[in-house]
Amino acid sequence: MKNNLQRRVLLCLLIISLAFSYSKLFAQTEHDAIMLNKAQWCNGFSYMNSKWTDYWEGSYKRNNDNIGSVSTQSVMYMTNYGISDKLNVLAGLPYVWTSASKGTLHGMKGLQDASLFLKWKPITIRSAKEKFSLFAVAGVSTPVSNYVIDFLPLSIGLGSTNVSGRLLADYQKGIFFTTISGAYVRRSNVKLDRDAYYTTELHNTTEVKMPDMALYNFSVGIRKKYLVAEALLNNMTTLGGFDIRKNDMPFPSNRMNSTSVGVHAKYTLPRFTHIELTGEADYVLSGRNVGRATSYGAGLYYIFSLHPNKSSK
Amino acid sequence: MKKISILSLITGLLIIIQFACSKSIIEHTENLPALNQTNIDMEAGSWKTVLLSRPDTFAVATPAATNTSGYIGELNEIKGLQQNLTEGQKAVVKYWSAGTVLRWNEIMRGLVAKHNLPPYQAEDGTYPIPNAANPFNYPQFPFSNPPYAARAYAYISAAQYDALVAAWHYKKIYNRAAPYKVDSTLKANLLVPQSNLPSYPSEDAVVAGVTAEMMKLLFPTEIAFIEQKAAEAEQARLMAGANVRSDIAAGEILGRSVAQVFIARAKTDGAGKAGGTAVDWSKFETDCIAKNETPWYTFESPKRPPMLPLYGKVKAFLFDSATCASLRPGPPPSTGSEEMKKETEEIYNYVKNPSREQIRIVHFWADGAGTSTPAGHWNAIAADDFLKKDYSEIRWARNLALLNMSLMDAAIVCWNTKYYYFNPRPSQMNPAIKTLTGIPNFPSYISGHSTFSGAAAEVLSHIVPERASDYNAMAQEASNSRMYGGIHHRSDCQAGLTVGKKIGAYAVAKAMADGAE
Repeated sequence: MKNNLQRRVLLCLLIISLAFSYSKLFAQTEHDAIMLNKAQWCNGFSYMNSKWTDYWEGSYKRNNDNIGSVSTQSVMYMTNYGISDKLNVLAGLPYVWTSASKGTLHGMKGLQDASLFLKWKPITIRSAKEKFSLFAVAGVSTPVSNYVIDFLPLSIGLGSTNVSGRLLADYQKGIFFTTISGAYVRRSNVKLDRDAYYTTELHNTTEVKMPDMALYNFSVGIRKKYLVAEALLNNMTTLGGFDIRKNDMPFPSNRMNSTSVGVHAKYTLPRFTHIELTGEADYVLSGRNVGRATSYGAGLYYIFSLHPNKSSK
Repeated sequence: MKKISILSLITGLLIIIQFACSKSIIEHTENLPALNQTNIDMEAGSWKTVLLSRPDTFAVATPAATNTSGYIGELNEIKGLQQNLTEGQKAVVKYWSAGTVLRWNEIMRGLVAKHNLPPYQAEDGTYPIPNAANPFNYPQFPFSNPPYAARAYAYISAAQYDALVAAWHYKKIYNRAAPYKVDSTLKANLLVPQSNLPSYPSEDAVVAGVTAEMMKLLFPTEIAFIEQKAAEAEQARLMAGANVRSDIAAGEILGRSVAQVFIARAKTDGAGKAGGTAVDWSKFETDCIAKNETPWYTFESPKRPPMLPLYGKVKAFLFDSATCASLRPGPPPSTGSEEMKKETEEIYNYVKNPSREQIRIVHFWADGAGTSTPAGHWNAIAADDFLKKDYSEIRWARNLALLNMSLMDAAIVCWNTKYYYFNPRPSQMNPAIKTLTGIPNFPSYISGHSTFSGAAAEVLSHIVPERASDYNAMAQEASNSRMYGGIHHRSDCQAGLTVGKKIGAYAVAKAMADGAE
């Protein structure tokens, strides 16, 4: 019996180490098709580590011996509540810290952006072996501390208050599924500590106009009783912004684009179905004004059932 | 269901608020009112010039009288222009009407920021050097780092000032009325405030001409852009009804002529050799070691040669080379001394756990790569205060020339000192010191920001005395920012401020003797 459990834990760890995820922006599950049932309440923490040595200055890929590798780590508290079977609310708050392996630049740390998402599943079409669902997700995120945004690549965030809308479609046949979604992120202007800055011209103001963004996610995988595992293709496209000039520093309103691939898994302990483990990994294939990051993360969640008449699972 | 409605409502509201908020930004000097010169400084033709030996070194022909058919034709040109002004053209008039010296100063700051990027290394780990003879090749000429920029601001401002003294000289002699004083239709349609200043030659065209000509030397890749701006500035005066074409033509030629005097000086002031050679670079190091001191080394990888090590030999505007050497402060604490150890410890304590306010100060004053540099920052501070004064264009130019000559000379004395002592940065003394801004690629003693800021505060305190305590507080904060940032010792900053103030005093002495006060 003990052996069995050990094997499962090992398997789980294996999955975590292989696993991946995307979303440094919304390090949570606003882009998956998994819903909590009514009155289920999930709480937990996830850890994320992202690191890059090469980066794109505009479209030119290079490295920089004056910063070496830049690491961004975060621990995020996440909570998710089932208002109904068709409507979930998700919230998260990460603490982020950064460092550079070479040079003298000082790392940054602090609480980053709190986020809140409403995830709604208005349409579900089922047959015996197939299921199609349509989701709409609306969200906001905003900085909860006055962190430094004008110190890229070591800033912990970009400082804008964002609202986003996402449409998500999910198709499942047997244990196999595929999910596709797209989001539009409207970003507010941000303020710098200095009163003039250069983009493609000099601006005499502390305020920076942040271009909006589009996010796309595509995944295929399996869903079983205790295990969800998927492979993802992610794209982030900034709708405007400008390129980092040759040998310049990055800037919050740069045109930051990336395409990445990853894996993600969620495992529910069969003997303790209140406990979920997640693991993820992600690798940037191509980008513009971003680092070629390799990221991995893991999470541990506990699910309560607040509904007296319903079991937790 | 109630919860759903409330949550939906909150989210919905947030979304609406966010989308309703416009992203458009009104920049600091975007909607300025037109310059309304309270004092036209009619006697400024007799103010003391910087380089011109006489205000009439360059002749300006006698203008046609305002009752001649040629002049009336020029008035008709304005009337024709004013009949079909587009919103875009009106915006151009409004932009330039805030003040031509101010707008050129802003354009200049933009160009400095644009060209203020250190060259990227070649494959073999060496750094290519911008070449004035081939300015479009990467790395483009110039790399407008702080010393280069300080010199560029000084030459442009001083040349604008001398050209305007010459213009005022002829304005008084010829005393030609502005077109709106001659023609009542033009008076009714005038787009800028009236003034009693004679309009020949046009001060706006003088500044456009002198600036465009200086730029050929200082920012050769921008000539096309600058000429287009110069033409726009002149056209704005025609469209506004403030000048006729002959005012403009005479002004532009005068400006371009005066520029040649400054260009001739700039070509021989030593700035072209400021980069030094590999022999110079290693000599600083061996000289320093011979004095039993730890020499500065670059933090950049691959190793970058120090920035403009011979800039300290450039010919100053306010004093001769002997004075420059005498302004150089005594040595910093020895690198092996207990005092230096303490100073390094102080910086380590600043950067160990910096407060948000300290980081704000570091970043507000950083003025590093991709910015208009510390000199540009002080130009922006000065411009904000000058705007409240309704100065004449010539007084604007004179005040900026005094400021910028002191900033260039501050750079010269500062660089002279840096390479004389070749002192290391705090992070070299203690590698645990992590910095909150990039480490500049030159020796530590004395702090450039402190020297620039000390000089600027001294000059501006003389020009706008009621702001003296603010300028000194700003200079102190700029100086402190380099310690908070982890890139300077306290002795670098203190000596820098003191030296800067001494340099500023030379500009103040000049101000008190130039006839403008």
